[in-house]
Amino acid sequence: MSESAIAFDSGRVVVRSEPWLARVVIIGLTMLFLTVFVVLPLVIVFAQALTHGVVAYLAALAEPEALAAIKLTLAVAAISVGLNLVFGLIAAWAIAKFEFPGKTLLITLIDLPFSVSPVISGLVFVLLFGAQGYFGPWLQSHNIQILFAVPGIALATTFVTFPFVSRALIPLMQEQGTLEEEAALSLGASGLQTFFRVTLPNIKWGVLYGVLLCNARAMGEFGAVSVVSGHIRGETNTMPLLVEILYNEYQFVPAFAVASLLALLALITLIAKTILERHLDEGRQVRDH
Amino acid sequence: MTIELTNITKRFGAFAALDGVDLRIADGELLALLGPSGSGKTTLLRIIAGLDWPDGGDVSFDGENALARGAGERQVGFVFQHYALFRHMTVFENVAFGLRVKPRAIRKDEAGIRARVKELLDLVQLDWLADRYPTQLSGGQRQRIALARALATEPRILLLDEPFGALDAKVRKELRRWLRSLHEEINVTSVFVTHDQEDALEVANRVVVMDKGKIEQIGTPGEVYDYPATAFVHGFIGESVVLPVNVTEGRVWIGNQPLNIAAPNVGGPSKLYVRRHDMQVGSESIGLRGAVRHVRSFGAIQRADIAVCAGGNETVIEIDTPRDHALRTGETVELHPRRYRIFAD
Repeated sequence: MSESAIAFDSGRVVVRSEPWLARVVIIGLTMLFLTVFVVLPLVIVFAQALTHGVVAYLAALAEPEALAAIKLTLAVAAISVGLNLVFGLIAAWAIAKFEFPGKTLLITLIDLPFSVSPVISGLVFVLLFGAQGYFGPWLQSHNIQILFAVPGIALATTFVTFPFVSRALIPLMQEQGTLEEEAALSLGASGLQTFFRVTLPNIKWGVLYGVLLCNARAMGEFGAVSVVSGHIRGETNTMPLLVEILYNEYQFVPAFAVASLLALLALITLIAKTILERHLDEGRQVRDH
Repeated sequence: MTIELTNITKRFGAFAALDGVDLRIADGELLALLGPSGSGKTTLLRIIAGLDWPDGGDVSFDGENALARGAGERQVGFVFQHYALFRHMTVFENVAFGLRVKPRAIRKDEAGIRARVKELLDLVQLDWLADRYPTQLSGGQRQRIALARALATEPRILLLDEPFGALDAKVRKELRRWLRSLHEEINVTSVFVTHDQEDALEVANRVVVMDKGKIEQIGTPGEVYDYPATAFVHGFIGESVVLPVNVTEGRVWIGNQPLNIAAPNVGGPSKLYVRRHDMQVGSESIGLRGAVRHVRSFGAIQRADIAVCAGGNETVIEIDTPRDHALRTGETVELHPRRYRIFAD
């Protein structure tokens, strides 16, 4: 008995000591890779933005063009996040709480914006609303401007960021099932009361998580927006578009100053995401209890 | 309130969950729907609650068509199998929920709601848990809070889905007794679903035994236990010994051996059903005998596996006998059913 225990123990020591070197190498490689490809570029963005000091940095951000781009980006993000919050909730609700034919197809379609190149996403709207597009002549005759204006940018952004909220909610709502909603209904609650008092409180962290990722992508979207924006300075340039224009004109400090704001957004998103994931995990543990 | 179900049918795809169910539930009754899983008992309960809709048939409450009303308008209290407590609300808010969602015109004021919740928490003897969250409660406590929540709006019917299903044996026993006395206290028409015969026989005034979407028997616990109407009920409730027999020319045969017992009004291949404790080992011969294969003793009884020859086949039955008559492995014994039933195949 004791002999076999010893043999077992020594066996374990051997097994543990062997991959020690491998572990160091693997962890080291990962750290090196992250440093070179993620941390370094991030540091360079801030370093470049501040090469001529804080005053130049702030002055670059106070330029009318930069301010217009920031304002436009915020507005577009607000519109697309708002729309996707509503669409995402409805889609997730439909998929998680009801059985209907074509459900699998719908789940696949929701992911379409993720699998298609953003440039295509932008082109689709050009084909629909452009001067030669399906609705172009009608829109022109009614004097409605969609392409090369805020509506087009908002539409393209909404399309590209559509999956975030519903993706965050579908597994969560499927896992929670419909029992609590049924309990609420049998206690006399109306559909809306059930939604606001039972469903929404149970998915609130998931909603925030989806909104956060949706917002980060909405503010950072380049490809689709680039196709539909028309690059009118001070009018239809979002922050990512402005960064490219400034960079191409060799205005490095303003380019990196605007870029640094986007990088900052990324960092804040990352921190908020970590906090939200902790809440979501806690919720999961509570359910498993 | 009386509940009347007429010819209820419900299909899920090709599966007939309910196949023409008729049932009348009297005012103030405590009724058990008993059956194996897939027998349709939970579907029936959900149809009464308005959480599912039948494909055909009628549901009426006190003569009024209940199908015209949604779940929220039926004044039904439903206790879910896994309680379905609102996890983001305290116990107090869970119980208060049904009171808070009422239309403003008939809603109690805050003091009224507080008083009512307090009253219910006292009723289920858990007033000291008001500020806890559902995850901080034990299974038995959650069950009682779910009950308090369902009772808050003064329902006319109380429906419980497997109320003891998720509890361990000791808590289960306590809660059974408690539910009975609660029913005596509030006397609201109650229906509960269970797959456990002990739950049904110990708690209910009347038991409805269901199988494959149909009602097999309705009766008091004593009736369904002592006078099972069908082979299914005999096999499902209590422990039965089953032997294949043949009924011809007014005699019961096991294999080619005639049995000295009264033949029923059935013919052809049948099954002889005997409660395990009703099968005696004795000297009195009715022509039924078997070889003792294995004996184990515990408590006041010994349990034996006995092989009975039935024609070419051998059926091994398990019976309980008192310990004073010791059985030996290998010996052949005479079997004598004190009471029995024969059902045609």
